[in-house]
Amino acid sequence: MKSPAVRCESLVREFAGAAAVKGVDLDVASGEIYGFLGPNGAGKSTTVRMLCTLLAPTSGVASVAGFDVASQPGDVRLRIGVALQDAALDPRQTGTELLLLQGRLYGLSRAAARRRVAELGELIDLGDALDRRVGTYSGGMKRRLDLAAALVHNPQILFLDEPTTGLDPVSRLRVWEEVQRLNRELGMTIFLTTQYLEEADVLAGRVGIIDHGRIVAEGTPAELKRAIGSDMIVARIDGDAHTVCAIVERVDGVLGVDAHHNELMISTTDGPATISPVAVALAGCGAPIRDLTLRTPTLDDVFLELTGTRIENGTFTNEEAA
Amino acid sequence: MTAVAPPLTIHPERTTTTRPAGFVADVVAIAGRALRAVPRDLESVMPPVFISLFFFLVNVATLQRLTEHNISNFDYRAFQLPTAILLGVTGVSRAPALVIDVQDGYFDRLLLTPVRRLAILLGHLTADVAVAAALTVPILVVGYLLGVRFASGPAGIAVFIMIAALWSLAFSGFGYAVALKTGNPGAVNSMFLLFFPFLFLTTSYVPRSQLTGWLHAVAAWNPVTYLLEGMRSLVIVGWDTSDIAAALLAIAVVGALSMTMCFAALRGRLRRG
Repeated sequence: MKSPAVRCESLVREFAGAAAVKGVDLDVASGEIYGFLGPNGAGKSTTVRMLCTLLAPTSGVASVAGFDVASQPGDVRLRIGVALQDAALDPRQTGTELLLLQGRLYGLSRAAARRRVAELGELIDLGDALDRRVGTYSGGMKRRLDLAAALVHNPQILFLDEPTTGLDPVSRLRVWEEVQRLNRELGMTIFLTTQYLEEADVLAGRVGIIDHGRIVAEGTPAELKRAIGSDMIVARIDGDAHTVCAIVERVDGVLGVDAHHNELMISTTDGPATISPVAVALAGCGAPIRDLTLRTPTLDDVFLELTGTRIENGTFTNEEAA
Repeated sequence: MTAVAPPLTIHPERTTTTRPAGFVADVVAIAGRALRAVPRDLESVMPPVFISLFFFLVNVATLQRLTEHNISNFDYRAFQLPTAILLGVTGVSRAPALVIDVQDGYFDRLLLTPVRRLAILLGHLTADVAVAAALTVPILVVGYLLGVRFASGPAGIAVFIMIAALWSLAFSGFGYAVALKTGNPGAVNSMFLLFFPFLFLTTSYVPRSQLTGWLHAVAAWNPVTYLLEGMRSLVIVGWDTSDIAAALLAIAVVGALSMTMCFAALRGRLRRG
């Protein structure tokens, strides 16, 4: 790993005595795209806000671009760009005014700021809308403008907090392409939180999963998927899947079983060899099978295994409560 | 990945050099933004001017004959002009806009830049001074049309406007303090409650010598009494340095209190994140 662009050691943040982040340790290498996943309330945004200098850590150490976020926040701010979860824009300014002001606050000359706004205008494809007030923009346009505001000063490290939430599929693809291009062509380090596991799978070189304020798993998407078994068998039955969990768990080759309503997620080292015994076991306990499929694990499976939470269309569902 | 979207054509170079813009540049940039927003948010500045003009005209029409009949050598129009000015500029600030910034997350966007935190506040306050100074102009014009002339001359008008703007600045500190402390537009709007004791438990309508009982005692403690007397002296008397100094001292006392609260609220918000 190259020298870390982001480093956290035992990072803790408490609110009124309650810890939202309980000792996060992570390293993100320069030039890496790091995906940061976790259920709602897991501590993702709190961690990002600490790394972006918006929030002081209660204890622990964090450095970004080699500068301590607590003692050298000014140096950190010059080197990072941030697009927070909700587009942080001023509806009363035009897009151009907003980007120009952003450039000026980063010390760009008036001419340099104008040049940069022209470049970014093409990038975010807002056309004449840049001269309209931000309050008139659609949600997708606001996200794109927010991304442009984060890029005005060509940061070394870009923090993207759920950058595609609420975007249509075409806009989402454009953001993905841009994230990949910024990383590939400019070597920009990207710290990405997302609730779309597919997004982390496509974009991130490494993924960290945070739950209850702690990193519970970290690795490449492939490593994480391998960690929960090489294959997944998905069975849908008539009736409550929880009632047959124990029977399926006893089948040879089954590593683990998760039940969700009428669906069983069965991890196994050898899917083709295990699928038939699973079908027989289900039939034997009188659970009519609606369909039975074999596939390789996804990050969704990893997420479910580690956090007990499934993400469906960007919505978190707690399996333990379900 | 499926190439649905057209290819991006922009290739920004990693040559953009960034640095802190400098404190003055930060203040100017933030003030510029706040001032650009004023014409787009006229409903926040026009009502106070209309209200002050309304009361100016009504009060003069109602009380001019009565007061000038009972007090020798008394010019009620000149006496009322500072009251009208204070009605127009007191509480006019960008504090409600700052609350919206906090709620919309734009305040965070500013905090993510290298801008000095103090400059964010000072930029807004600088814009407020400019707006307050501008708001005095239509009221002064109406006063002129009614026949009010400044005994202190054109320089006195400039000092009069400066005092009004500084007062506006001192009072707006309370609004910013509430804005930063609560992030709640309702709480900021409720600051107008402070406006009433300041502007009405004083010599707004008649000279201090005409006040009686408890109101006379309260007015002696109200800094606005000295502010009004200083401004009136510029209109009616000329250059009375003790009255002007008392007005500036009154502004300094209120300003010290409001700015202390304001900067404490800023520190608190930054600490809370």
